[in-house]
Parts: sequence; structure tokens; C-alpha cells
Amino acid sequence: MPTAVSAPVSAAVSTPLLEVENLTTAFRRDGAWREVVHGVSFTVGARETVALVGESGSGKSVSALAVMRLHPRQASRVGGRVLFEGRDLLALPEPAMRGLRGDAIAMVFQEPMTSLNPVLTIGFQIAEGLMLHRGLGREAAEAEAVRLLDRVRIPAARSRLHDHPHRFSGGMRQRVVIAMALACRPKLLIADEPTTALDVTVQAQILDLLKELQDQEGMAVLFITHDMGVVAEIADRTVVMRHGRAVEAGDTAEIFRGAHHPYTRALLSSVPKLGSMAGETRPLRFPIVSATTGAVDVPPGLPDTVTPGQRPVLEVSGLTTRFDIRGGLLGKVRGCVHAVEGVSFTLGAGETLALVGESGCGKSTTGRSVLRLIEPAAGSVLLDGEDVLTLGPAALRERRKRMQMIFQDPFASLDPRMSVGAAIAEPILLNRLGTRAEARARTADLLQRVGLTPDMASRFPHEFSGGQRQRICIARALAVRPRLIVADESVSALDVSVKAQVVNLMLELQAEFGLAFLFISHDMAVVERVSHRVAVMYLGEIVEMGPRAAVFGDPQHPYTRRLLAAVPVPDPARRGARHKVSADEIRNPIRALDYVPPVRQYREVSPGHVVQAWGEEWEPKGTSAAA
Amino acid sequence: MGAYLLRRLLVAVPSLLGISLILFTILALAPGDPFGDMASNPNIPPEVRLALRAKFGLDDPVLFRYWHWLVAMVRGDWGFSFQSRTDVARLILDRVPTTLFVVGSSQVLALLIAVPVGIAAAVRPYSLLDKLANTLAFAGFSLPTFFTGILFILVFSINLHWLPFVYDADIQATGLAWYWEHVRQAIMPVCVLGFFQAASYTRYVRSAVLDVARLDYVTTARAKGLAEGTVTRRHIARNGLIPVVTLVALQMPAVFGGAIVTEQIFRVPGIGALLINAMLANDTPVVMAVTFVFACLVVLFNLIADLLYGWLDPRISFG
Repeated sequence: MPTAVSAPVSAAVSTPLLEVENLTTAFRRDGAWREVVHGVSFTVGARETVALVGESGSGKSVSALAVMRLHPRQASRVGGRVLFEGRDLLALPEPAMRGLRGDAIAMVFQEPMTSLNPVLTIGFQIAEGLMLHRGLGREAAEAEAVRLLDRVRIPAARSRLHDHPHRFSGGMRQRVVIAMALACRPKLLIADEPTTALDVTVQAQILDLLKELQDQEGMAVLFITHDMGVVAEIADRTVVMRHGRAVEAGDTAEIFRGAHHPYTRALLSSVPKLGSMAGETRPLRFPIVSATTGAVDVPPGLPDTVTPGQRPVLEVSGLTTRFDIRGGLLGKVRGCVHAVEGVSFTLGAGETLALVGESGCGKSTTGRSVLRLIEPAAGSVLLDGEDVLTLGPAALRERRKRMQMIFQDPFASLDPRMSVGAAIAEPILLNRLGTRAEARARTADLLQRVGLTPDMASRFPHEFSGGQRQRICIARALAVRPRLIVADESVSALDVSVKAQVVNLMLELQAEFGLAFLFISHDMAVVERVSHRVAVMYLGEIVEMGPRAAVFGDPQHPYTRRLLAAVPVPDPARRGARHKVSADEIRNPIRALDYVPPVRQYREVSPGHVVQAWGEEWEPKGTSAAA
Repeated sequence: MGAYLLRRLLVAVPSLLGISLILFTILALAPGDPFGDMASNPNIPPEVRLALRAKFGLDDPVLFRYWHWLVAMVRGDWGFSFQSRTDVARLILDRVPTTLFVVGSSQVLALLIAVPVGIAAAVRPYSLLDKLANTLAFAGFSLPTFFTGILFILVFSINLHWLPFVYDADIQATGLAWYWEHVRQAIMPVCVLGFFQAASYTRYVRSAVLDVARLDYVTTARAKGLAEGTVTRRHIARNGLIPVVTLVALQMPAVFGGAIVTEQIFRVPGIGALLINAMLANDTPVVMAVTFVFACLVVLFNLIADLLYGWLDPRISFG
């Protein structure tokens, strides 16, 4: 489908649909009022898409909820003016405001898994707004709901009307949420990070859908996001927020071309851009721009950390992990989730191998199986030539010193009741790698090494920000001087600028200690930046693997191509150049007990770059899913 | 679902057998002789006592006696009370209506208080109402029933002479007066038990509803323009009360079991009082039967709670 071109921006901004003037929001915490949004102003014209961008804590979502007046009344205070079609929303009586919500102004939230009521059918949840605002009867409203579900391309909409939300995948749920928001044909749609929780290919589908529906309905969209790639993809104008203030606003293309505020420049420079590594063979650090002065710190090139010809630190072959599905009268095994199926790869010292793929592809299970945090069903995992899978409990504990893990959520991976010093020293003491005094000295050293100060050892995790906590987790992993670190989405939950710093730190540590990283991520742009080699996983198997430059520069497997095509490029000039992504759902790897996995053929495209032979299901179909 | 039910019932059989064996063994090994008072009575020759012991098989090996008990139980014979000289089944069935009436009413009262108060407190956390409800709930379950019970008796029976303080299962009046007397004497035990339960239920309802009130789909519902009352009823309460329903289902065996302390204070002739008296008199068949009935009820209501959960929450499937 050719992308419909949005209405010309210049015509749209003449009379703004929404004018936010000097918006302030304060919350009461422990009896004291704390202002988190300090006088933000912006406008959204009819049919226009405006992006509110910022990192966590910038006040972007708070501002959006304030526009809708959805903050709890007792614990929040909103000031300024919010004019919608000339009426001040903040001065409206509550019933009049309710009349606008869901009717003229609708909202889509971030987390599709939680923004639908689990005990009500999706049909009812869509019909609810129609019955309220349009006075439709149950039947008429449900008929309209079917039409809406068709429009957001839920397959077999009529038969799924009475399904509960848990029967839908994340992407499908977000479509339902969008259908719900569009029910009363709103003039303004506020979308709060609507694609953040989704896989890239699903994100691309949802963005396409939003754009298309916007053109058809002629509605304005206020799009809240932290993702500059998404901004470049969809926004006419962009408002950059930081610490509760709008630091810069303007035409999206102009902001990307030449931002004025140092913070905007810092933000843009720390965004990993897919394709920016063409011509580079080794990983590269992110340039760090000071958010206050705008001074650019161009990173020095990293030394080559890989020595060819050495025996790899990690040799994985035929790794297979399955989870039983039980059922029936006696709870017999009915089938298996083939989470990891015949995965083989090697990883050398000082090398980073990225495992990429979308949720459910088995990349995390692979990482955990390598460390034997999950017991694999078959295969071998050689760590320095010794098979980890056959080790007894004592020997395994001993070998775990050489392999460590860094998890995704830095908030959940530190014990809140343990000081960070104790957390870092614990692995040293447990493994009897030193006395208490030595552990203390090493903790101080490690804290310094990851960019913190030794005096922070006595503090507790809640006193640190997300990025700092992830640094602590890295220090803890380094405490036992490992050879291999499995980093499972370790930077995915971090804000872009923090993400860039943590990635830089990991690269420096690799150069210093010759660490081998198994870098598990869904973020193609970060993977391009950090890895030497890349393995693309799909349905538990590696479908393509090779040097990073080869896989990104010359992707062979249709899935790799689809994955790369779906990544939003933070460059408004290249908007629409992206390939259309089909609306296929990722299939699930649940198989019957008698399933015999097919023997896969791999072909070598160039030295070290192998690709799995693919079957007919990957051949392009005549009718693309995008109508 | 059918297969799930069948599986659960099959699992219940060995667990009930295990429970009964443990109960029976403990009771058999416990010191004390149901005919002990005969030994001190000079009018009864020792032969009679020994004959009685032999008749009831008290001198047989424990496992042998257990087997007898089990076979009889399966046939529907619950045993014979040493003390009351009647069938245990008769004894229990006599007590059940009173217990159900008093303890059941108190549960209903507790829910009638706890659900609305808990929801109201949760949708406006830290409001005056919430603080009041929290304080009362804290006081409610801090005060033991033997204290509030006696306090009630002191105030309403002794000082005000409004209500009787000894429960009479054998009221002589007829017609409406009979009902009125029953209600009147039940008011105090029902209130004492009900308030106590309401206190803990309120806190439970509040926290369950509070968990739900924070969720995204509640904000989504508000963003649709629904009125606050509709949001609370349709989107918050329905989800929030799912765990409460199962909690109440799990409490049901306690309803049948009666409230031992409260029944003692108000002299309510319920199951709880029966159990206490039987224990004091070494009346093992009664103790065994009552405790075993509790065990069955616990297993049964656990199953009911699980089924209810699955019925209320469409995400749960029985596989």
C-alpha cells in the first residue's frame, strides 16, 4: 500500500485544535506539594501530529494526563490553561469534561497488556464508549465495534467480539485499544507511548495503522514517546521535554537537522541510528553530548579486542531447551514449547555476539540455558573447552565464577535491603576470592571503574537512578572476574542518553578485561553499535549469523530483512522509505510430542556469514496484509 | 473443566485418607479414658468398665480400630458418642442449624459491611473515610471476641436489659414470637463475630481494590468518559473482588466449624461448643467425626474457591 501523504502542515496549524498554555502539574507526596511540570506550552493543530519527546521523568506523560484531567483530584494540582476548540478544559465542570473524554478526545496507553479490563470482553469494552456518548443500544454498539475491529484489522472480527483480552497478542490488543479510542471518531487522539511495549515489527504495523487511520478520520494526534526514531517517522512537529519543561519545539525535520538546545542535540546524538555503522567493522562508542553546554565528546576508537586463532571462550552446539505443557486427567505432558532448538555458536574472548529477535524467539532462554539457569534438554555448552551441561552441582557453582549475567530490569535485580557495597562484595566472599578487607577494596575499585564513587558502597539501591543501578549490576557481575557475561536486554529499559553511557561503559570494560559478551537484545540499532557478530533468532532457531557488517549490510534471510525494515529510522528525511511490514503474527513454537524438528540446511554467504535455508512460508505473498 | 474436576476429586481421596489416619492416630494415642469416671465410681464394678472398653474396641491396635472406623464411615455410620450415648451423626445434625444460623449470619453481616466500606476506602485512599475505616478495622480485629462479647453482654444485657445473654436452643414460644426470640438472642453473637470478621475483610477488600484501582485499564475506562461510579462498579470492583470471593470461600469451613470462643461466651449450642465438650470428656468418636467433617469441608471449599476463581477470571483455564 502506498503511504497516504498527510495534509500539508502549514494549512493545519492556522487554528490550533488544542492549545496548552503554561501548564503546571504538582503532586502531593507526604503532605508536601511537588511540582513536576513547570509551565509547558504547545499547540496541536487539526489533523496534525505533534510528538512530545523526553526521557523518563521529563513530565511528558504527566502533561498528557493533565490535558485529559485524569490525575487523581485530591493528590494533584493542575495550573495554566488547556484550550480545546477554544474551551478551557481545566475550567470545565467534571460532567462536561467526561462528555469530552472518549468522545472528542481519546487516549491510547502504553501497555496493551494492562490497558484492557481482563474480565470484560473486548466487544463490550469497545461498545461501552459508544453506548455512553452516542446513546447506542448494546446491539448497535456491538455492530459498530465489529466495524471498528475490522478497521484496525483484527482478523475475523465478528467471531472475536466476545473474546476476552487475554486471547489476543500484545500487538492485537493494542489494535483493540486503538479501536476503542477511535470508537467515537475523536478530533484529538492522545497516544502515550503506544508502541513502546511492542516488538519492532509490530510497532511498525501499529504506526502504519495509526497514520492511515489519522488520514481517514482527519484527527490530530498528540504522540508521547521517548523514541526519536518513532518521532522522525510520524511527527509533523516535535516538542522536546526535560525535567518538566519544554526545552525546544519546532518542525520535526528542522529539529533533526539542527536542534538549538544542547539537550536536544545530546538526545539526538545518543540515539542509535540503524545504518550509521556502515563501513565500520568494530563496535563503536556513542558520542556523548553534554546536555547543558552542547559540547561533543567524540569517542576515541576502541582497540581491536578480538584475537583470531584462539580457542573460543564459549562453544555452544545443538543447544535445545524445551518446556513441557501438561494437561489432561493425570497431568501428562501434552506437548512442548520448543524455546531453543538446535542452536550452535561460538564466542571468543573480547568478542560480542548479539542474539537478536522478537519476544518469544528464545533469545533469553538461550542465554539462561548457557548459564544453566534453565536446564537444557540437549546439546553441549563448552566454557573454555569444558562442557558446562555435564558438571555436577559443586563444579557448576565453581564455573559460574567465569560466567555472569546482567539482567534487564535494574530495579528488580538488586536486593533492596542490601547495600550496593554488600551486593558487589557478596560474590567475592561467597566464592572465597578474598578476605573481607580485600572484598571491600575491590568493591571500591569496581564502583570507580563503572563510573560511580567508592563512598556509594554504603548506600541502598533505591537511592540510585536506573542507569546507576545498571552500573552497579555490571560491577557485581565483574566482581568475580568473569570471562563471559550474558547481558539479557541489559540496556533496553534505560533512557537513551543513559543507554549510550552504559553501552560505552560495557565496550570499555570489554577492551580492558577482554570480556566475551553474549548480548541479548531486541534493539537492532544498539546491536549494530556494540556487536562484532550477530545471530538472528526466530522460533527458537538461529536463522542467520555472521559478522555484524555482513548481517546488517547484506541481510539474507527474509526474517532478518523484515526485522531491519521495521526499525524506525531517526531521520525525517527518510520517512516512508521504510519497507512495508506485513501484518503477520509471530507463530508460536508449541509442538506436539511426536514432533521431529526438521534438519536445517545452512549456507555460507561470505566468510562466517551463514543463513538458514528457508521454506515457502517466507516467500512474499501476492496480497500484502496492508490493504 | 470436567477432567480438572475429576483430577481434583481423585487427589482429594488420598489426602482425606491421610488426614483421617493422622487424626485418628493422635486421638488414639492421646492420654485419657472416656470411661475413666467409672473407675472412681464405687457403684460400678470394674468388669463393666472393661466390658464397655472391649465392646467399643478400645483395646484393639490403633490401625485395626482405624480400619473399623473407616469402613463404618464409608457406610455412613459416624460412630457412637460415649458421653451422650447417642449416634454422632444425630449429635452433629442437631447442632448444625444453630451454627449455620449464627455464624452464617455473621459472615453475611461482615461482607455487607466490608465490601462497601473497603471499596469506598480504596477509591479514595487517605481520605477521611479511608482513615476512619482503617482505624475502626484496626481496632476491630485487635479486640478479641471474648472481650467484645463480654462487653456487649455487660452493656446490652446487664445494664440495658435489651437482649438475652444465654442462647436458648429450645424456645417455647410459637409463631412470630418464636422467630423474634431467635433473632433477638442471635443479635449479640452475630454482631460480635460479624464485626470481627468485617474488620479483617475490610482491610483485605481495601488492598485488593486499591491494587486494581491503580491499573491502566481503570485509567482507560476513565479516558472513555465513564462516570466515576461506573468505573468503580464495572472496572474496579469486579476485578478487585475476585480474590475476596475466593478468600470468603476458603473461610466457609470456619462457618460450619462455628466460632468456638464466641459460642462459649454466649452459650450457643453449636458445633464449636460440641467439639470443646467432646474434647473435655475424651469423647473421641465425636471429636474424630467433627474434625474429619472440617477436613472434608476444607478440601471441598478449596476446590470451590479454585473453580470460582476460574469462573470469575476468564484468564484462568482448567487444563
